[in-house]
Amino acid sequence: MTATSTVTGTPDKPPIAEPPKRRGGILSKIAQPYKQSHGIQRFMLVTGTLVSLLFIFMAIFAPLIAPFSFDTYQSDGVRFPTQGEPSDLNPWGTTVQGFDVMSRTIYGARTALEVVVLAVAFSLAIGVPLGLISGYVGGWVDRILVLIMDALFAFPYLLLAIVAAFLLTNTIDSGIVVTAIAITVVYVPQYFRVVRASTLSAREATYIEAARAMGARPRTIIGKYLFGNVIQSVPVIATLNAADAILTLAGLGFLGLGIQPDEAAEWGYDLQRAISDAGAGIWWTALFPGLGIVLAVTALTLVGEGLNDVLNPTLRRRRVKKPVISSSAVGPASAPEVESEVG
Amino acid sequence: MSAPVATKNLIEVRDLQVHFGLNTSFKSRLTGRGGASVKAVDGVSFDLAEGEVLGLVGESGSGKTTLGRALLGLVRPTAGSVKLRGEELVGQPERALRPKRRHLQMVFQDPHASLNPGMTLQTALAHPLQIHKLTSGNAETEAKVRETLELVGLYPTERFATSYPSDLSGGQKQRAAIARAIITGPDLVVADEPVSMLDMSVRAKILDLMIDLKHRIGLTYVYVTHDLASAKFFCDRVAIMYLGRIVEIGTVDEIFENPKHPYTQALIRAIPEPNPDKALPRDLPRGEIPDAARPPLGCAFHPRCPKAFDICGWESRDMRAILEQRWVEGGEDLYNAERPLVGDLEKLDEAGHDAFVPAGSGKDPGALLAMLEKIREEEPDEPLWKGVNAMNAEAHGVRIAFEPGIDPPLYDTDSSRAACLLYKPE
Ligand SMILES: Nc1ncnc2c1ncn2[C@@H]1O[C@H](COP(=O)(O)OP(=O)(O)O)[C@@H](O)[C@H]1O
Ligand code: SF4
Ligand SMILES: [Mg+2]
Repeated sequence: MTATSTVTGTPDKPPIAEPPKRRGGILSKIAQPYKQSHGIQRFMLVTGTLVSLLFIFMAIFAPLIAPFSFDTYQSDGVRFPTQGEPSDLNPWGTTVQGFDVMSRTIYGARTALEVVVLAVAFSLAIGVPLGLISGYVGGWVDRILVLIMDALFAFPYLLLAIVAAFLLTNTIDSGIVVTAIAITVVYVPQYFRVVRASTLSAREATYIEAARAMGARPRTIIGKYLFGNVIQSVPVIATLNAADAILTLAGLGFLGLGIQPDEAAEWGYDLQRAISDAGAGIWWTALFPGLGIVLAVTALTLVGEGLNDVLNPTLRRRRVKKPVISSSAVGPASAPEVESEVG
Repeated sequence: MSAPVATKNLIEVRDLQVHFGLNTSFKSRLTGRGGASVKAVDGVSFDLAEGEVLGLVGESGSGKTTLGRALLGLVRPTAGSVKLRGEELVGQPERALRPKRRHLQMVFQDPHASLNPGMTLQTALAHPLQIHKLTSGNAETEAKVRETLELVGLYPTERFATSYPSDLSGGQKQRAAIARAIITGPDLVVADEPVSMLDMSVRAKILDLMIDLKHRIGLTYVYVTHDLASAKFFCDRVAIMYLGRIVEIGTVDEIFENPKHPYTQALIRAIPEPNPDKALPRDLPRGEIPDAARPPLGCAFHPRCPKAFDICGWESRDMRAILEQRWVEGGEDLYNAERPLVGDLEKLDEAGHDAFVPAGSGKDPGALLAMLEKIREEEPDEPLWKGVNAMNAEAHGVRIAFEPGIDPPLYDTDSSRAACLLYKPE
């Protein structure tokens, strides 16, 4: 009979010499991956973050930055030319409908931000609690939720978004909200899966059993003990999904679904209107909204992948268990690992 | 250790069973029933007097943790009864158990995993108080937390109250876990190997703290350990567990001065002797703990028991073990000579007192029988042979009739109670 393992650490000396480390606030948590990363990782993270911030800045201050509004087609009573070349008045030219390309591109960032923020918020609000409940409660609740989420996940994502947008267009007025919900339907299964998986492993943690042993209700256990420890896997997928959501948004706009042309400027819609221009040598109508999509998606992907690289190796390292070597001559036989069914 | 002032029984456990379904087949997975099961706790009975310390001692996998969890209702017993001051706990819904949890607490084996990494000690210790509404107002809660931290030796308390588990050493974490367990003023604390993951240097301090708390706030302990030596130091009574059963139970003096069960005797001989001159040869039971899903027939300890005799439950799987053991020890020549005579050894894995040893393909069952008889002559001390009633060559192999064994209950001896047929009354 041997001790299972001995933890080496500082010996027990009740009055600790130095005061326990203070946990920084949310800011130092955010700064942590940037401090931990180096080399190419850091470059990816920093570049992605800077470009993303630039887009967010553009989105928030669009009315101040853009020369005109997204649906302005005249200035001082003079109509803009249609498909006009870049000029002093319209630095990036005008579209086939006579709108200012620069203004529409900048306002497009605003639309993208609105939709992405809404979609991520909705997906989190639905996916995270469902994943927590499914993972913690288990049983038939879990089976049914997994079935539904797997079915959603198996659908081609754009098709799913199209169906959702199509069904919702007549019930909800705001195209932004319709699009955000359509995108939510696509991404909820991903949050659900990730949160459920980490809940399943966290559920087995001793401190969860300790919470049960002290008489906590399941709701309290999920809220006070599981949530904080499970939520850490979410920022990475949220960022990567945000990048993906911009593509889905553009896809829907390209197909003329969701956001109406008079409601907001949308890169995908503008691209679609610019298709025929390209053949005629009119490059500016497609280039700028296209660049908007590519840059925004790239920036967010860089952030997401960068975070993934920095955060996950440490996650993995923390989860590695020491292999237990049991020799039949001296040690006890290692008990068979059996999965438990907690009803 | 002085005898406890036993007034009345705090806990009464009767025939407690915890079987875990293995859900091996697809169908049983789908329906959630059927399939094999691990008998983690298999018919355990004992009483626990108020103020007593009972040690549960056994090798890893013997069901100690599961028994401790079942006492608290953290795992659902499949049968049996646990009474807290006469009140039945088994079969009660979780909702009905929750208010009772303040009386029954647990200290877990791994102090590094038993505290929520995201909570300060203040929050972690305040939570049980809030759940059971034991304090009114934040000031009182905080005062109670500080008092408890002081009680477990975590001072200056204001510093520890604001620290996170990651700021603490292993021993400090276990002190915090003990604080969380005692803050609701429980009657029973199940301590599941509370020091096995700590540095040697802090083990005694934590056990001292637990003894100190017992006297100061009147606790009853179930102390789970695989370390018989620490049980001697800490407990009033000791229950030795093997494969989900209590195989011997008695006072510390009875167990250590006059162990009755061969397993207990082996465990006591295996306690390291601090003085190397006096150290006896370490005589651990041979072999490994059997699979709890398929325990041996008869006395579950018989495959490892040096004193086993005819009625201990010899069976087909023991025959396979004996043959394999012989070939491993006898070397390649012996293996090459004997192995071909025997067919598929897995035929012996079906547990039964009527064993059929198949002959190797094209081999004469008579030769196989002769080989088995030779083994029997060469190893007359092997207790398995005492249980063999007859060996006969048949068409495709040799049939061995074993003496049907008896599964021993706890028998009274002149000191402790032991589940061993040596003490079976005539
Ligand atoms: N949740 C569970 N599901 C299935 N089997 C389990 C579970 N917990 C324990 N077991 C099994 O029950 C047996 C006893 O385990 P345990 O009580 O942990 O023993 P010990 O604490 O003495 O090492 C082991 O064979 C173990 O594999
Ligand atoms: S009954 Fe006693 S003698 Fe027989 S195997 Fe079990 S422990 Fe050994
Ligand atoms: Mg254990």
